[in-house]
Amino acid sequence: MAAPSAVQAGGDYLCLKELSKVYLTRDGSVRALDQVSLRARRGEFLSVVGPSGCGKSTLLMITAGLLPASGGTVSIDGKLVARPRTEIGIVFQSPVLLEWRTALGNVMLQAEAKKLERAAAERRARKLLDAVGLGGFEQKYPHELSGGMRQRVSLCRALIHEPDQLLMDEPFGALDALTRDQLVLDLQQICSQRRMSVLFITHSVPEAVFLSDRILVMTPRPGRVDRVIEIGLPRPRTLAMRDTPEFAAYSREILDLFLARGVLREH
Amino acid sequence: MAQADNPGARAEALGMGDLEPGLQRARARHEWRARVAGILYPAAVVLGVLVLWEAATRLFAVPLFLLPPPTAIAVSFIANASLLAFHAWITTVEILLGFALSIVVGIPLALAIFLSPAFSRSILPLLVSSQAMPKVAVAPLFLVWFGFGLLPKVLIAFLIAFFPIVINTAVGLASIEPEKIYLARSMGFGAFATFFKIRLPNALPAIFGGLKISITLAVVGAVVGEFVGGDSGLGYLLMVANGSMDTQLLFAGIVALTVLGVVLFLLVEVAERLAIPRHIIAGGEGARDAV
Repeated sequence: MAAPSAVQAGGDYLCLKELSKVYLTRDGSVRALDQVSLRARRGEFLSVVGPSGCGKSTLLMITAGLLPASGGTVSIDGKLVARPRTEIGIVFQSPVLLEWRTALGNVMLQAEAKKLERAAAERRARKLLDAVGLGGFEQKYPHELSGGMRQRVSLCRALIHEPDQLLMDEPFGALDALTRDQLVLDLQQICSQRRMSVLFITHSVPEAVFLSDRILVMTPRPGRVDRVIEIGLPRPRTLAMRDTPEFAAYSREILDLFLARGVLREH
Repeated sequence: MAQADNPGARAEALGMGDLEPGLQRARARHEWRARVAGILYPAAVVLGVLVLWEAATRLFAVPLFLLPPPTAIAVSFIANASLLAFHAWITTVEILLGFALSIVVGIPLALAIFLSPAFSRSILPLLVSSQAMPKVAVAPLFLVWFGFGLLPKVLIAFLIAFFPIVINTAVGLASIEPEKIYLARSMGFGAFATFFKIRLPNALPAIFGGLKISITLAVVGAVVGEFVGGDSGLGYLLMVANGSMDTQLLFAGIVALTVLGVVLFLLVEVAERLAIPRHIIAGGEGARDAV
């Protein structure tokens, strides 16, 4: 496994090179990703925004080493990714919790996989759960938690082994607007405390602008890189910032791209 | 029922500070009533049927050998208690051995079906035809092969009971959200750990569903075996009682068999509750409360 190397700090660590993915279906082949190239900097919050079906989730799965690419390469610190990357933290669109384990038990699953020392891991798990507002819910089963709480548990599970990279696949897509705002704020807080490199997949433009250092906008299928936008808003970002002209200008830029590509239509 | 319908309003009448204890009392009362009703209603139905039965047999002077009244059956049950206990014990041993064999053969078979598509394709038609085939028809053959002792009964019980275990286990192992497997791989679990920490616990509700069907079928299998050729067991006792027109004893034997079946089923349920948290038992919480 590629160990995070201090030498590369601040520089590029993740490099996607002409990544393509073709799915075979009964009606022929579908090209989900077409020659996507990108470099992510260490410590950067990078979002990928695009319409449904543009292959953003596929991009994340390939980056995580969970799906093979049809063409092109993924490398971390110069090493090719050929199998699941276990050193990262990953959050899927659904919480993917084990129904027969409590909130704490679900977080500890990661610790068991990594063979971490149990007592210390459990202390950290409790601290993480507490930090995302789940103090007192450690012994609850998933069915006793709300959707937002479950996704918080899944976030804690992705963080307990203190990864320096986080991959998130539309993690807040299924949540209501208020819960979403809170989780976005929580995520910003977590990322500011420990410099993490985040690859964040979303279809929400404001969410991407709020969280990101850079946004990669993708075209409709087959997914290609349309434009990369640097977000210069100061940190920490606040909810009020969403109403500033600067914020609106970034959102506008992305929406204009979607209009130009026919993703959105103004009648 | 009327008061329990609106616990919120009742609790509110007690004042805001007492809201939660009030709600909890209302809820406890509601649950207690549901539990009492769950025992009382079926008991009342059974009692009603028994009373009707007793009255009808006496009123119309139905001959004993045709349909004895419940009291006559009860008398026979008590008078033959030790005889029934002896035969029930034999049948229990046959059932449990058949059931155990079903688990020991069924679960590894399901595992092999799950792991190897080639094995699954070659064995499934055979399994399905083994179930389509009437077991009563094979019973005489087993007699020829294995004699009149314990073995043929255990084998017939096994033959009937193993199928639901195989199918439910194989389906349970196969039906898992792909995300759970992705998660396991991204966390670094190997094939072994993924199976024992994720896939197997995920399949447990389905497996126990199979076990519950299987235990009731094992009872049928053992009795079929005793019918066809045996010198002991409740099935044998039923045949003897039938032959001597002792219908009271016949009914007493049926009662004993029913009780045996229910007790064994409940034991599997107890094991299920020990193995998996209540809320993920197949059939759900509501279905469970109704039992």
